[in-house]
Amino acid sequence: MEAAVFIFSLIDCCALIFLSVYFIITLSDLECDYINARACCSKLNKWVIPELVGQTLATVLMLVSMHWFVFLLNLPVASWNVYRFLKVPMGNMGVFDPTEIHNRGQLKSHMKEAMIKLGFHLLCFFIYLYSMILALIND
Amino acid sequence: MGPAQLSPSMAAMSLQSQTPDALRVVNLLQERNLLPPTAIEAPTPCLPQDLQKVNCSPEVFRSTLTSIPQTQALLNKAKLPLGLLLHPFKDLSQLPVVTSSTIVRCRSCRTYINPFVSFLDQRRWKCNLCYRVNDVPEEFMYNPVSRCYGEPHKRPEVQNATIEFIAPSEYMLRPPQPAVYLFVLDVSHNAVQTGYIDVVCQSLLENLNSLPGDTRTKIGFITFDSTIHFYNLQEGLSQPQMLIVSDIEDIFLPTPDSLLVNFNECKELVQDLLKSLPQMFSKTMETQSALGPSLQAAFKLLSPTGGRVSVFQTQLPTLGVGALKSREDPNQRASAKDIPHLSPATDFYKKLALDCSGQQVAVDLFMLSSQYCDLASLGCISRYSAGSVHYYPSYHNQHNPAQTERFQKDLKRYLTRKIGFEAVMRIRCTKGLSIHTFHGNFFVRSTDLLSLPNVNPDAGFAVQMSIEENLVDMQVVSFQAALLYTSSKGERRIRVHTMCLPVVNSLSDIFAGADVQAITGLLASMAVDRSVTASLSDARDAMTNAVIDSLASYRTAVLTIQQPGLLSPTCLRLFPLYILALLKQIAFRTGTSTRLDDRVFAMCQLKYQPLAYLMLMIHPALYRVDDLTDEGALNVSDRTIPQPRVLQLSVEKLSREGAFLMDTGSVMYLWVGRNCNPQFLTQVLGVPSYAALPQNMTQLPELDTAESTRTRAFVGWLREQRPFYPTLHVIKDDSQLKANFMQSMVEDRTESALSYYEFLLHVQQQISK
Repeated sequence: MEAAVFIFSLIDCCALIFLSVYFIITLSDLECDYINARACCSKLNKWVIPELVGQTLATVLMLVSMHWFVFLLNLPVASWNVYRFLKVPMGNMGVFDPTEIHNRGQLKSHMKEAMIKLGFHLLCFFIYLYSMILALIND
Repeated sequence: MGPAQLSPSMAAMSLQSQTPDALRVVNLLQERNLLPPTAIEAPTPCLPQDLQKVNCSPEVFRSTLTSIPQTQALLNKAKLPLGLLLHPFKDLSQLPVVTSSTIVRCRSCRTYINPFVSFLDQRRWKCNLCYRVNDVPEEFMYNPVSRCYGEPHKRPEVQNATIEFIAPSEYMLRPPQPAVYLFVLDVSHNAVQTGYIDVVCQSLLENLNSLPGDTRTKIGFITFDSTIHFYNLQEGLSQPQMLIVSDIEDIFLPTPDSLLVNFNECKELVQDLLKSLPQMFSKTMETQSALGPSLQAAFKLLSPTGGRVSVFQTQLPTLGVGALKSREDPNQRASAKDIPHLSPATDFYKKLALDCSGQQVAVDLFMLSSQYCDLASLGCISRYSAGSVHYYPSYHNQHNPAQTERFQKDLKRYLTRKIGFEAVMRIRCTKGLSIHTFHGNFFVRSTDLLSLPNVNPDAGFAVQMSIEENLVDMQVVSFQAALLYTSSKGERRIRVHTMCLPVVNSLSDIFAGADVQAITGLLASMAVDRSVTASLSDARDAMTNAVIDSLASYRTAVLTIQQPGLLSPTCLRLFPLYILALLKQIAFRTGTSTRLDDRVFAMCQLKYQPLAYLMLMIHPALYRVDDLTDEGALNVSDRTIPQPRVLQLSVEKLSREGAFLMDTGSVMYLWVGRNCNPQFLTQVLGVPSYAALPQNMTQLPELDTAESTRTRAFVGWLREQRPFYPTLHVIKDDSQLKANFMQSMVEDRTESALSYYEFLLHVQQQISK
């Protein structure tokens, strides 16, 4: 049972790692003028909800299986994602808005956010891997 | 002001420093008459004479700091914003145009060759933005103007900071488009009642032949209420044919062509349509407005070619996609706290604007409504498609004749002014500087590339910069704005403006080179952004803090002799006054009843207008006109223009015995005092007494007296300095417009805002905390 939880979390975390990398690549494409703002933002906005769902799923799973430390580790990122999603003003076209992305250093802050999430997901990946192996051995 | 009050760093100033006059210390609490008698001029950067002579005109390109700090840390210490304000497509009387087979550009950064590059020898030039050494092409060695060979630095591209190139085919993504104009008119019952359709049709009929364009110009019309009406203007028809599309959920074009026709071929049909349009809908009982679907139809019609859409709307859109609800709470108008609903309610108009921008379609919006019509949401359609928003609240032909006159004159300017199509603009700076925020009506397609489906001479832009790398070993930095556009005659042109500014590394030099008007203009745009993303009170605090922080920084870092009072350098002496005027502006004021649409429109104007008119809007010019003399008058083309002194905006300066003219840019008010000199009343206004002055006088009568000639010469001279036509209102004490006049008296106290002196005391108190 333990193992199943961690195997699922591991897969979820892998998906989130790939998603972070995708975000970073798309944002740096915009920085280097390979794509334009509209294309970049529509690509990224498509994946905001899947990322939100993936992260929340992992967090809830940890809560339900009573792994408190890992739950508390995941909680800030999950709540930040939800907050960011809910705080989008009504006139904006999603979390990534093509008319605002070049203003006030938004591009840089989105890039930083994606990098931090990548680092966080990598950390979680190894935690889940270790816990999964432990769980498998103990079974 | 003795030498003891000048900072010692003045003595150690290098040759590049500003004259001491700009740094002369002023105690704002003591000196009351700070306004210079004539209009304020832009500060001159301290560059060597030969560079400054060819530098870009400040009417086109202005920087908030004319001496650029060497490092970001130094800029942060000065607490002043660093940015550029541009007016790239301004109507210029002298514009050198170059038709050259090769346009010389830097190989790495693609900067156009400009007066500030350095020639290493006759064959190589060094870019002033990226410092790359480039070769001079063979064709460039020959100077066609002086017919000499071997003097590339004498060519017009290197002698003029503002120049226009005729672009070869490499600069075209598609063959240059023709001028395409589409007019979308609201014909609901409400709209017909205001009578605006008569004015628009009349104006179009008069100005049809002056629409910028050539033989390929196309024109089309759409009218809408709860359904959308297209007009088949095909050559050969005896009269225009109206086609109604009532399925607004799924818009389609009823015929594939002839909705947008070649203007020259179908001129009679167009004129017939314009003559019959006002009567066509006079009996309509439709009250709904399907603006969203009609904009979609306009987009569909124009997407193959691109062009300009002019939308006239008189109410809130109620039907179809993009329908809006009334969000304003009339009880909150005079709220002293936050104002909600400054941002759009839906992203429909923004998305449509981006679609339009991608197809080179610009949408200009004319709002003629008397009720709330959510300009915050509707304005998006113009903001991101490089259009312009025009606002005529409570428009009505009979009840509001002043508004009608303004609309007519604005329409004339709008229809006949120069226009550029499918344009892009790129702003480049010397290595080390980078642009991080843009202000104005356009879409930022990628870093530094602004997409402008239409470019017009009345639009201003602003950008904010930061210093990414320290500007060591550089004496000067340069900025270049290049605007690539298609002229209305189908020629692809590039207008290039280049400006050069010195680099300094001392705080006192930075303060000496501060341009207070440009700083105020940039802060206004920044405050609008902050009001929309954060809140209005945040924006107001940020503006006040800008004054407090910069004067505090001046006090601690530049002044060595601490004195009591509120000290500021001469170049920044008007800064607190301008910020107070901004705080009392319609866009930012609290505590006074302000309609939400008026506020949002004022914010749009603050971001859109070029600096010269923006400053008049923020801080109007007040003159006493009942005692005009020829003393100190200007002599312009055989006319003597009197130059009265600019007065401070305080009722203290008004007097019942005089008449005063206030110039706010788009409107002028002539306030006549109750005991005004009877000679002024008879000789200039043509009335026997004050009581006989009519309530809504908007013209100065052409009387044959010296005073009348002088007054009319002065007013005419003010009007000539701007491309749009300011209306004139003569007001008495009991006039309805007196409130508008009085609210511009920014130095006075009101029940919700501080007087100028109180504001200075507040700033001083915050500085010494």
